Amino acid sequence: MRVHLQRDVEKLKRAILALSAEVESDVRTAVRAIEERDEDLARQVVDREAHTNAMEVDVEDECLKILALHQPVAGDLRYIIAVLKINQDLERIGDLAVHVAERGLFLSGQAPLDIPFRLGEMADKAQAMLKAVLDAFVNLDVAAARQVCAADSVIDAINRDVFQQVKKAVAHTPANFEALIQVLHIARHLERIADHATNIAEDLIYLIEGRIVRHTSEVSDKPRGLVTTVPALSDTTTEPKP
Amino acid sequence: MRTTEDNLAPMHIEASLFSVFYRANQAVKEVTLGIPAGMVTAIIGPSGCGKSTLLRAMNRMNDLVPGCRTEGRLLFEGQPIYGPDVDAVALRQSIGMVFQKPNPFPKSVFENVSYGPRLHRQVNGSELADIVERSLTDAALWDEVKDRLNENALGLSGGQQQRLCIARALAVDPQILLMDEPTSALDPRATLRIEDLIDELRGKYTIIIVTHNMQQAARVSDCTAFMYEGVLIEFGATKAMFTTPKEKQTEDYITGRFG
Repeated sequence: MRVHLQRDVEKLKRAILALSAEVESDVRTAVRAIEERDEDLARQVVDREAHTNAMEVDVEDECLKILALHQPVAGDLRYIIAVLKINQDLERIGDLAVHVAERGLFLSGQAPLDIPFRLGEMADKAQAMLKAVLDAFVNLDVAAARQVCAADSVIDAINRDVFQQVKKAVAHTPANFEALIQVLHIARHLERIADHATNIAEDLIYLIEGRIVRHTSEVSDKPRGLVTTVPALSDTTTEPKP
Repeated sequence: MRTTEDNLAPMHIEASLFSVFYRANQAVKEVTLGIPAGMVTAIIGPSGCGKSTLLRAMNRMNDLVPGCRTEGRLLFEGQPIYGPDVDAVALRQSIGMVFQKPNPFPKSVFENVSYGPRLHRQVNGSELADIVERSLTDAALWDEVKDRLNENALGLSGGQQQRLCIARALAVDPQILLMDEPTSALDPRATLRIEDLIDELRGKYTIIIVTHNMQQAARVSDCTAFMYEGVLIEFGATKAMFTTPKEKQTEDYITGRFG
């Protein structure tokens, strides 16, 4: 039974790795589409949505199968539960990337806005958080996960700043209202991507330490040691073993 | 749930650096733990880890094994189980036992259950009948055998025989029930009946169950003790043991990486 569980967990690891890579790529491409006013890049992200959604369903199916057939416990159980939750966050991040791309499609048909928004900074930070938490997931790095949680407040602050900037810009140039609303939406989507990256970090802390830190201030506490034999994603081979 | 970790539940049995030797072989090595009253405690571990030896030490069944001796302290309600003045027979009334293979006497159902009360307390007549009915009811067997009390117990199914053995143990009013792999010889349906029964008896009795079936330990117990090569590796609330075990050895065992 142990061998069968191991085989199924390896398959799950490959699936969640693939989904992580796809979602990270979608966010990066959507942000580029905005920055470069590139309609083709935006459409690539929109067209990939169905594939990302199908991958999410496959991961969930695999998790349910493992739970039903193997009744995992301890570290194995926490791993499956964490993957189930991370899977949902990744799918939502994928949706948000699509929304960003759709805003980009609209903006590419408008005159460029010449306003000193901090959108670029926000996009960089949100992408960095996402990359950091996915790396932490691969390496089961709880310290890195805690850093991602701590970074969320910075994005929130920038989002509030963008709101104020848009407010002033609308007052100054009402004719740009439609385009400015899109900027506000993009900022909101990036802020939500950062929130989901934080959720993933919290799920990772649960996976490694066995503690639910959501809605607590424990995230910033020193990590507690917990012996776990959860396999790191970095141990996953890219090809299935014969 | 009150657990040993909460230090709220009183301890029914306490072991302190308790060891059991079979001649030169130390089968149980300086185990220290407290069994909380009114709860179900499971003892798990690979074959030969000492779990059955520890269980049998609690009602001095090991006295029947030549060359078996103990060291350290084992208390029942604060009194030494291995004290010089302890009557082992009386002890086994208070600490009953059910074994892996059902072992009803080759007598009627009624005689099986009434044997203990008749022998220990000279109970007879209607009081004896009441005890038999109550014990069989508590063992979830009354409805199935109430019209067959005079039939030979060996004619019952395996699961019924095991419940009869539980009724027999309950008939002498124990405080503790020791169960040594009570469902190993039973089919899945009979196993579930016994597990349901354990759930019903929880609270009224302290139950200690040795099982090699980790899923069973997870299903039925409040606390779990994991033993390996005679040593108590970890003891705690079952929920915590099976979600976030403290010791790597425990994690490795319950996830099937060894054992």
